[in-house]
Amino acid sequence: MSTTLPRAVHPAAWWGWAVGMAVAVSTTNNPILLLLALAVVALVVANRRGSSPWARAFRLYLWLGLFIIVVRVVLHVLVGLKFGTIVVLTLPGVTLPSWAAGIELGGTVYLEGLVGAAVLGLRLAVIIACIGAANALANPKRLLRSLPSALHEIGSAVVVSVSVAPQLAESVQRVRRARQLRGDTSRGIRSVPSVALPVLEDTLERSLLLAAAMDSRGYGRAGAAPRPHRFVTGTVTLAGLLASAVGIYGVLDTTTPALMGTPTLLIGLLLSGLGLWLGGRHVERSTYRPDPWRGAEWLTVGCGAAAAAALVTLSRTSPDQLAMPLTPLSFPPLPLAAVLGLLVGALPAYLTPEPPRPAPRVPRRGAREEVGASG
Amino acid sequence: MADSAISLSQVSVTLPLSTQPVLRDVDLTIAEGELALVVGRTGSGKSTLLGAMCGRVPHFTGGTLTGHVRLHGRDTRDHRPRDLADLVGVVGQDPLAGFVTDTVEEELAYGMEQLGLPAATMRKRVEETLDLLGIAELRDVALRELSGGQQQRVAIGSVLTAHPRVILLDEPTSALDPTGAEEVLATITRLVHDLAVTVVVAEHRVERVLHYADTVVHVSPSGEVRSGLPSQLMVDSDIASPVVELGRYAGWSPLPLSVRDARRAARGLRARLTATLPPGQDRPIGRSTHTPPGQDRPIGRSTHTPPGQDRPLGRSTRTLDVALTARDVVVRYPGDVLAVAGIDLDLHPGEVTAVMGRNGCGKSSLLWALQGSGTLTSGSVRATRPPTGTGTTGTAGTAGTAGTTSTTSTTSTTSTTSTTSTTGTTGTTGTASETVEPRNLPAGERRSLVGMVPQTAADLLYLDTVGGECEQADRESGVAGGTCWRLLEAVAPGIPAQQHPRDLSEGQKLALVLAVQLTADPTVLLLDEPTRGLDPTAKAALSRVLRGLAARGRSVVVSTHDVEFVAECSDRVVVMAAGEVVADGPTTEVVVSSPAFAPQVSKVTAPGPWLTVDDVRMALAGVAS
Repeated sequence: MSTTLPRAVHPAAWWGWAVGMAVAVSTTNNPILLLLALAVVALVVANRRGSSPWARAFRLYLWLGLFIIVVRVVLHVLVGLKFGTIVVLTLPGVTLPSWAAGIELGGTVYLEGLVGAAVLGLRLAVIIACIGAANALANPKRLLRSLPSALHEIGSAVVVSVSVAPQLAESVQRVRRARQLRGDTSRGIRSVPSVALPVLEDTLERSLLLAAAMDSRGYGRAGAAPRPHRFVTGTVTLAGLLASAVGIYGVLDTTTPALMGTPTLLIGLLLSGLGLWLGGRHVERSTYRPDPWRGAEWLTVGCGAAAAAALVTLSRTSPDQLAMPLTPLSFPPLPLAAVLGLLVGALPAYLTPEPPRPAPRVPRRGAREEVGASG
Repeated sequence: MADSAISLSQVSVTLPLSTQPVLRDVDLTIAEGELALVVGRTGSGKSTLLGAMCGRVPHFTGGTLTGHVRLHGRDTRDHRPRDLADLVGVVGQDPLAGFVTDTVEEELAYGMEQLGLPAATMRKRVEETLDLLGIAELRDVALRELSGGQQQRVAIGSVLTAHPRVILLDEPTSALDPTGAEEVLATITRLVHDLAVTVVVAEHRVERVLHYADTVVHVSPSGEVRSGLPSQLMVDSDIASPVVELGRYAGWSPLPLSVRDARRAARGLRARLTATLPPGQDRPIGRSTHTPPGQDRPIGRSTHTPPGQDRPLGRSTRTLDVALTARDVVVRYPGDVLAVAGIDLDLHPGEVTAVMGRNGCGKSSLLWALQGSGTLTSGSVRATRPPTGTGTTGTAGTAGTAGTTSTTSTTSTTSTTSTTSTTGTTGTTGTASETVEPRNLPAGERRSLVGMVPQTAADLLYLDTVGGECEQADRESGVAGGTCWRLLEAVAPGIPAQQHPRDLSEGQKLALVLAVQLTADPTVLLLDEPTRGLDPTAKAALSRVLRGLAARGRSVVVSTHDVEFVAECSDRVVVMAAGEVVADGPTTEVVVSSPAFAPQVSKVTAPGPWLTVDDVRMALAGVAS
């Protein structure tokens, strides 16, 4: 499959893979497996990310993960419940009353506790790295484009509002600079009326222009469904949502009758899906160059699922294999099934088609004028 | 009826919160495959007419429409704009404001997606359109990174992919440099010629479109609409291109619509004009007849100044006096964008300088750097602070501000007061002028030295009445109450004080901002594309005001794409490209030699030095007297 032409893998496939990896990671606190999972995720990102700006955001998630580990360790030293035998550091401690059991201010820090805290932090960091990988690999705008057609108009609204935010910042900057031309350099609360009003007017004007343009280009012309049809769609969707809500409640609350749990949830989800499908049937719109769902997508999702399945199964059969032995502290085990499962997760790095090459950037004609100046 | 693409019968439109109809009993038919040019003064209802044709009026804007608007038989009464999307494409003035997606290819496909066309058709049409508009290499580029001309072509392409039978364009070239405008116009004519699309264009700069038009639709301020053949309608239209005005002046019939027509008709005129040149001069020398060319800085448009008027003309004062000196100005933005690459510039009092150049060549950045509020990466900008009382040297009652003598004298006193108040703190003696860096001054003091009207002038306005803005301007400048109001009355008389600035026309808004900035009476005034969206009348008014300022010894810099305005108004032209100055000299010399920047009259009378109809009139009148 690596011989196929470069193309972007369906964003939903990357999300499926990333969720699978995250599930796998959440079952273990074995640092070797965690680091292996991190390496797998990083490898796939390095090999298959595109050229878009958010593709470069993966590093930010890694920094966030590191920050989480540090915070987790620091918190353990400051207020964590210390345990173990190997003393690392002796701090003056404060003994709290019995109702605050579990919190220990300061006190002697043992290696076992420290390692335990670091490993828990690492697990969270790797889960976050999985989400970051999905973000880096899947173009969020394309993901919105592949929403079911009944939800398309909401998707468009989200896309538009996302692109409006930078314009707002530009407006503020432009108006603020213009204020200086009138000799007004006030900042803070006093500048609000003189800056906010022009910005607000500018934004409203632009929104109206955009709305008029979208209207003239046919946005929202779908929805010619007959009245009874609309009624049926509405009823089905509402029933589906209600059933889903009840179902989730049933699943989470163990005291409710079994029927209220998983079966109700399934029926709810089914009805919701049916509602979306019914609603989308009368939408006369199509997608330009839709992302195809082919073998590579199945493979990507499958690899994620395999990794999750391997570790979840192992956690049921022999949970010790996935845990970090802390009492006594020793080298963690290396379960073969888990390693293989995680390695399967790395296959998309080689078996999916390569992402398309970045577009050759046109040289800028002269220079862009400053903010807001299109001329 | 079969061959009429657009038909309006007895259409009247009254916008919300208004009692007067914008359009009155309009009967108009535009045949299929025609290119119709809609002309009219600002606020005359051109946009409303276009809006009515695509259903935006009244479905989107509100208001009342009586009568019937039919597009290929579809009545806008029963069809919302979105239901007409397969029939009508609309392109606005600011393409960026109408973009929904963020890359060229997706934008081209957006309209088709809404229409629910099959994927294969969409793919084919996108490729065809990319080729038709010559933008195939830009397919993956982000829309914000395109130049203005490219953006406008993408906007046209994005409506074209839906294969509409009618395309409406509302001032498609007003924000574009001459070259970008040519690109867009070539595209538009291609549509009419090759695709048999009916095109309706509203445009202020009629000289750009007139010679392509099959029909001209004239909208009068009272809302009446006339239509007819361009050469017939232009005989008495209040909006006309310079070529048409020249034709009217010379009494040519039929009226020439293009430079080519006019050149053929102008053989006799050219001979008469050449005869007015001083004998022995085989080469025209430009309007600065006082100074021999090649020597020193020419003085400006002395031929324009009626004799007996003491405009500062002397060469000696001109070369010595410098209002602002910029040395090695560099402006660099984050992301390795070099906007201004080392420019040296001297601005002289009594001179109107035009800065030209294609979109994004660094004009705005240069002006902001000169003013001192914008980025200046390196280099120096020094302004000459006038000695106390300089403001009174200007002579009142020059051509520009004829009839506004009181205004001029008021501002003169204004400048005296403000200069005294500011110099009091810095300890200037008031006898000799000194140079300061505007950048280092507090913003209030800076604007009394170097004033600026930014591109989006309305950014400066935030109060809810015109009168309130004027009072605020008086307070900001520390001048006597009513100063700004008198300036405004001189620039654009008759604006009610209670009006909301938002409801003013483009020309009135500009006048208000100009008045606000002139209240501080700066020695240097910078205007960033002030002619955008102005009709010829408003442009003529602006030109008079700027000439009046120059006559009072102020230095004025205007960045603009409008070659006709430059010909009308400026003494000197600076042409920029990629952040550098590529040409700097008297208007006549720079403009006549350039194919892109030559005004129409200059093209007709080439190689003569006459740039405007007024120049021709003056030259011939001089002979007669």
